[in-house]
Amino acid sequence: MSILINKKSHVVVQGITGGEGSFHTTQMIEYGTKVVAGVVPGKGDQNFNGVPIYNTVSEAVKIQKADTSVIFVPPLFAPDAILEAAYAGIKTIVCITEGIPAKDMIKVYDVIKKMNVHLVGPNCPGVITPGECKVGIMPGFIHRRGKIGVVSRSGTLTYEAVKQLSDLKIGQSTCVGIGGDPVIGSTFLDIIKLFNEDKNTDAIVMIGEIGGTAEEEAAVYIKKNVKKPVVGFIAGRTAPPGRRMGHAGAIISGGKGTAAEKMEAMRKAGIYVVESPAEIGITMKKVLEKFKSKQIKKTENKRRTIKKSQTRKSKKK
Amino acid sequence: MKIHEYQAKELLKKFGVPIQDGIAIKDISKFNSAISQLQSRGVNQYAVKSQIHAGGRGKGKLFNPKNPGELILEGGVKFTTSIEKAREYAEKILGNLLVTHQTGPEGKIVKTLFIAEGLDYKKELYLGILLDRAVSKNVIMASTEGGVEIEKVAAETPEKILKVWIEPSIGLQVFQARELAFGLGLKGNAFKSFIPFIMKLYKAYEETDASLLEINPLIITNDDRVVALDAKMNFDDNALDRHPEIYAYRDLDEEAPLEIEASKYNLNYIKLDGNVGCMVNGAGLAMATMDIIKLAGGEPANFLDVGGGASSEAVENGFKIILSDPAVKAILINIFGGIVRCDRVAQGVIEASKKVNVNIPVVVRLEGTNAKEAAELLDNSGLNFLVAKSLKEAAEKVTLAIN
Repeated sequence: MSILINKKSHVVVQGITGGEGSFHTTQMIEYGTKVVAGVVPGKGDQNFNGVPIYNTVSEAVKIQKADTSVIFVPPLFAPDAILEAAYAGIKTIVCITEGIPAKDMIKVYDVIKKMNVHLVGPNCPGVITPGECKVGIMPGFIHRRGKIGVVSRSGTLTYEAVKQLSDLKIGQSTCVGIGGDPVIGSTFLDIIKLFNEDKNTDAIVMIGEIGGTAEEEAAVYIKKNVKKPVVGFIAGRTAPPGRRMGHAGAIISGGKGTAAEKMEAMRKAGIYVVESPAEIGITMKKVLEKFKSKQIKKTENKRRTIKKSQTRKSKKK
Repeated sequence: MKIHEYQAKELLKKFGVPIQDGIAIKDISKFNSAISQLQSRGVNQYAVKSQIHAGGRGKGKLFNPKNPGELILEGGVKFTTSIEKAREYAEKILGNLLVTHQTGPEGKIVKTLFIAEGLDYKKELYLGILLDRAVSKNVIMASTEGGVEIEKVAAETPEKILKVWIEPSIGLQVFQARELAFGLGLKGNAFKSFIPFIMKLYKAYEETDASLLEINPLIITNDDRVVALDAKMNFDDNALDRHPEIYAYRDLDEEAPLEIEASKYNLNYIKLDGNVGCMVNGAGLAMATMDIIKLAGGEPANFLDVGGGASSEAVENGFKIILSDPAVKAILINIFGGIVRCDRVAQGVIEASKKVNVNIPVVVRLEGTNAKEAAELLDNSGLNFLVAKSLKEAAEKVTLAIN
């Protein structure tokens, strides 16, 4: 098991013939992703390296049974592409596009949230279930099959964290880049809920950054509901207030959304917060060892109590 | 993007929002004509307002830019009934250094003045519109505590802030406008004028792709009119392409020269006060790199995201920008190659360093495909590169280089 995508996912690429779209489609296919269709309005009779292109997402769903979409269309057309995918019945939509105006995303989100669909992004690297399916632009080779769920607002910083994990032979169940915009389809909370329910995910890495309160909201949920260990990092401790740090959503405004506040909220929730981005992997390793020894003790204790009760029972006999 | 008060008022006026009217001047020689224009509109008292992007202008202090110890005037916003006094204020403000709690001690030179009508009022209120990221909806905040920083009100008396959230599909409704008006304790004509005021204000926010619209204070005049005495507007950078008229308001004097230069190359650069320049691909990793420089005992001199691909051209331009900052004593390049091969990035870094003639230590950390080959290329380039294998090692090496 994994979350959002797996080896059975049928992927349609919206904007398959564009520069980014065509390059990353080839990469996804090489990784083993089942790319079943492309959508480019007006190019419905063509194909991309053998992948059939349709005019609409609906056709891709009907004819090729597409259930997952990845969007590479320009920012002013991407909101329309997201809604088209949702209305066509796609269940997981990954929007890579950067630069969508917040006003447009507010409207899209308002519609999407009432539908039975997961939107990841926009302005994100995508989702990968190592060894099974890659829907996005991340380098596949740094990943490794395993049981750690990774969720992050960043792109290359996520790759950094994943590489640290893989180098320590700690594999990942699914890695989700939720995106750096102020309005996004899935928040930390949404993804952490999925990881919490996923039997194949034993622990979670969450990588946040300055701006907004999404990390704090996730921390509240984690404290209440998540028994799996969580390792966290927040980027932007040295970021000046009031400045947009590359990502549209990475801004400290009105003194709110600082890294210090977020780290504090996460620590209070029992999350293992690392100070240095170089220590994400090693911290997870230590946390896993600690949990394993705890679980071994627990099972040993259980066995002992079972044995004791059995001996008692036998004595009674 | 930020704009000045007078520009925000110009925009709001187009949407029919009642504002404190005035005329912006950049040169004291235009003072007389501004006053006579205001007089022809029946104005007989004046507000002289400094126009800089930072807040806290009213409580700020003006200093002589040639001798920053010399105080020239207390307060960057002045009210007077006398034209002579208004002229004196204008002369003392224009061209001088305004220091407020938001500008930092270095202050900002005031290059534009807004000469406005002076208004008598009985009440100061607060209105703000912005995106509430927690629910992905716009929210209008209102408070009876006008003229005070809203952050202060939020911290000390949060119960005094009223909020209404706007449904994206239907927009602001009149009942919500009434809710705010009653909540602010407005009655009679003030109540009647507030409803169209807030409806138009929200329309202006929505249609201009603003990311923040703040009226602080919003005043109730002695004759019960509702008027925006101040106006602050920020805009969503992602939407500026569809608002060329707003983009034209961009004031380059308000931006750091290096940041303007970087934006010409499509580089995301923010200048900071440290001595370690850094060049990174991706915003999150760039922030994390700044953080680890600080943890290792250095101080980051900038934020710079050269883009996912880290092309040779982007690296070359990055070098140029970083090296124009005289405070920079060493550079840390941190590129997570990903799909781009590291040997190609290394080649780009070498070419760029040769072209730009870098003469300070450069620590390079390249991760991803062909990282080994990349390290060899850098080692054999004959240039002064310090190759690091991990993020941690990179930060330590660069800190060592500056000490």
